[in-house]
Amino acid sequence: MTTGDIDVGNPSHPGAGPAPLARDRVVIRFAGDSGDGMQLTGDRFTSETATFGNDLSTLPNFPAEIRAPAGTLPGVSSFQLHFANYDIVTPGDRPDVLVAMNPAALKANIGDLPPGGILIVNTDEFSKRNLTKIGYEADPLEDGSLDTYQVHPVAMATLTRGALEETGLSKKDAERAKNMFALGLLSWMYHRPSEGTERFLREKFAKRPDLAEANILAFRAGHAYGETTESFAVTYEVAPAKLQPGTYRQITGNTALAYGIVAAGQTTGLPVFLGSYPITPASDILHELSKHKAFGVTTFQAEDEISGIGAALGASFGGSLGVTTTSGPGIALKSETIGLAVTLELPLLIVDVQRGGPSTGLPTKTEQADLLQAMFGRNGEAPLPIIAPRSPGDCFDAAVEAARIAVTYRTPVILLSDGALANGSEPWKVPDASALEPVEANFATEPNAPDGSDEFWPYLRDADTLARPWAVPGTPGLEHRIGGLEKADGRGSISYEPDNHDRMVRLRAEKIGGIRVPDAEVDDPSGDADVLVVGWGSTYGPIVAAARRVRGMGHRVATLHLRNLNPFPANLGELLRGYGTVLVPEMNLGQLVMLLRARYLVDAQSYTKVSGLPFKAEELQDVFLGYLDGSHPSSGERGSAPQGVDA
Amino acid sequence: MTDQQTSPALGALVDLGLPGIGGLDGVPLADQAQSAKDFTSDQEVRWCPGCGDYAVLAAVRSFLPTLGIKRENTVFVSGIGCSSRFPYYLNTYGMHSIHGRAPTIATGLAITRPDLSVWVVTGDGDALSIGGNHLIHALRRNVNLKILLFNNRIYGLTKGQYSPTSEQGKVTKSTPMGSIDHPFNPVSMALGAEATFVGRAIDSDRKNLTAVLGAAAAHRGTALVEILQDCPIFNDGSFDVLRKDGKENRIVPLTHGEPIRFGPPGEDGLGSHAVVADGLALKVVDAASVDPSQIVVHDAGSHELAFALSRLSDQDLTHTVTGIFRDTSRATYDDAARAQVAQAKEGGTPDLQSLLNGRDTWTVAG
Repeated sequence: MTTGDIDVGNPSHPGAGPAPLARDRVVIRFAGDSGDGMQLTGDRFTSETATFGNDLSTLPNFPAEIRAPAGTLPGVSSFQLHFANYDIVTPGDRPDVLVAMNPAALKANIGDLPPGGILIVNTDEFSKRNLTKIGYEADPLEDGSLDTYQVHPVAMATLTRGALEETGLSKKDAERAKNMFALGLLSWMYHRPSEGTERFLREKFAKRPDLAEANILAFRAGHAYGETTESFAVTYEVAPAKLQPGTYRQITGNTALAYGIVAAGQTTGLPVFLGSYPITPASDILHELSKHKAFGVTTFQAEDEISGIGAALGASFGGSLGVTTTSGPGIALKSETIGLAVTLELPLLIVDVQRGGPSTGLPTKTEQADLLQAMFGRNGEAPLPIIAPRSPGDCFDAAVEAARIAVTYRTPVILLSDGALANGSEPWKVPDASALEPVEANFATEPNAPDGSDEFWPYLRDADTLARPWAVPGTPGLEHRIGGLEKADGRGSISYEPDNHDRMVRLRAEKIGGIRVPDAEVDDPSGDADVLVVGWGSTYGPIVAAARRVRGMGHRVATLHLRNLNPFPANLGELLRGYGTVLVPEMNLGQLVMLLRARYLVDAQSYTKVSGLPFKAEELQDVFLGYLDGSHPSSGERGSAPQGVDA
Repeated sequence: MTDQQTSPALGALVDLGLPGIGGLDGVPLADQAQSAKDFTSDQEVRWCPGCGDYAVLAAVRSFLPTLGIKRENTVFVSGIGCSSRFPYYLNTYGMHSIHGRAPTIATGLAITRPDLSVWVVTGDGDALSIGGNHLIHALRRNVNLKILLFNNRIYGLTKGQYSPTSEQGKVTKSTPMGSIDHPFNPVSMALGAEATFVGRAIDSDRKNLTAVLGAAAAHRGTALVEILQDCPIFNDGSFDVLRKDGKENRIVPLTHGEPIRFGPPGEDGLGSHAVVADGLALKVVDAASVDPSQIVVHDAGSHELAFALSRLSDQDLTHTVTGIFRDTSRATYDDAARAQVAQAKEGGTPDLQSLLNGRDTWTVAG
């Protein structure tokens, strides 16, 4: 191994290097301290990979603390990226390559690296003190414990410092660029284009050209290090994926969701008003939307969650598209206002980016345990539509669709994203903005009393949708009062009349139940599977990947993904009853399966995991195989080693 | 006087460099004169006989037509409590919302609709207990909305528990041995929350109530008007000392620019009591006993004076200051929010497709 100066210009090492080995798919995990810039490193590698044309999927994984004590296990931050020459649906179960910037990152992640995997270690951090801090009695780089891996010890800090010697930066500042060294090295190994990263660094540090230059030098040094040292004998090539024709970009779920809200303002022709209170992992939607005022988007950072939704509801009353964004704890606080929106029957978009719960739970980890909260978490009978995107890019379509339902049916809608979708990224086939379907707000402008008088009845419903008229303040002759008290059917004045309340409760339920949603579709390539796997939200990726593996082994399994959780697609019951076994994997303790069993009286089975991390395709593959051979593995237990193709 | 620009008590216009700086600027005017009847809805009023809310409702119904704005551009938003039924009885747009949250709903409405005159009706429990957080933040932001805080120092709709303005020692259903909670002084609280307009009126004092409401309407920003009123069922007579003989020795009316004198006329024809400085605080003295130059002249632009005046009122109502404590101009949140959106739009309508594409795209050929 070489840890000395880099001989960038050595003519005996032509830039091309050895011929690259072809790979269909690779999973890389960057791991380091919270302050090491691992998320940025991962993001950049992702961008390079997207630009190159691979399909990809990412899993950022970081602690809730901004800077846990340096070098400790709780402070480890990682970013996993799966890229391939075919369409993939998950960020990958296990890394093929692990980059460990310190001993804590090694210790926290080495268990996931399969034997034979590539391990790149920043040796500069492997001091006795750092090793002791996290309980290593001997240096794992020297005690033989890593012998089953292809270990590449690289003194990244030393090398970065050396490369930046001329810049005059302090030792500490120079070493800070070591993540770019790592990125340069990996970019070389996998033949990633580097122009985008250099441009990015110049822009990011536009006010500090010295730092921009330092980071670029470090990046190039990493690249040159791979090229010139003999430590790395081979490079790898993953050819671009054959995706559907179109224009692509890389996008995270939160960005796509924010764009969906901007687009919804355009499709509905309504000004967008976001009332929001900062909360992980939803805050990025607030950040993103606050940049798009030019599209008529107003953002209001409220004093608390309740005020965020209250202001959004007030804006909706005034004729805007009111939106509020939060995570599970925020939904709990907003519940009473959501109930008010249900009974006011005003459009409102409520975004819940789910995280681990209960209570504060795991703020930076993913979970899908808010389904029943979204469905039932209000006093009284307070039904509302629920939509869940399945992938980062799908967050865009889900937001546009949620807004359409909200405006058309005059109802609050809950959109259930989750932490994995929010921060995960994928190539996104950019939609054609001109092809987005317009939605008519249809504000009421005239009195509507059935007797032909000049009265306005705010709760006289549309015969088709059961939606009530939306008459905004400023409309002459339609002055009316609405509120949380029960309203007389049609006329809308306060009513305590027993039969009226019964009727209004049923009308509100009927309106939501009657919302037209697309039929569910089963993916059953052989057409005669006996096992149907039903998923919702971000489990789409692992379920599809696991099904592909199982099918690749010659088995038959069908899958069905639910995007509309309320109302369910009209054909769902019939589809479920068509299979001998219905299996529902969820990142909760069985919330969707409870709804399906109750609603359709099918003996659906549940497989659950609530670890804060997405399912692994490998894990679900074993579960599916278990169901195929009738052994029905129970949650929390699983067996075999990884096998088959990942997807 | 603070370094902020000050408007005289009845809300003259002050140049903030923003379009429309009167409280009603931007709200369309009515084509013809309107009457109290126009502002009366068809709903039967269902407060208890003798409730102070009736007096306030009558005052507001008469007052609204004097603003000259279109009825349909007037919105009343309320929370929960007896007073929060108010919107149902006005033939304007209205929302009877949930407990304590009316300021949040009104904030979203006021930000997005500068053409509306937005009013909040709330009570001591609604505004100061469950909704305390929203109230202080609305005042701090200075959103253009008017908050009528009906203070009867009791929970009426839940049938008689003590409220955050109930005096200590008060025996109620939930405090059989007397309340041990120290009450809020709503005016002090509002001033502490950076309110730009704070007034107080007694429900039965129609003239002063109407004057304070008028100034509040003309004020651009959040205006808080505390209205002292009786709950004849659960806190009967709580403000009787301000209504009966001797009230003139207790009520301290404020007029911007005038020396603060009250009580039966003295030899000079002005009130026989006067407010003077007492260290950093204020006290009431016999007007004849001090040099006129020592008597405090009310300045609605002074935050400090307003706060000192609010401290003259104690739980026992010995000296209850009424009128406009503070009326100053500060940029409003909603004007600023709309200005940012307008500024962002100056470059013309952006292209959604460009936003979606972002900077780095690649094409997969068919």
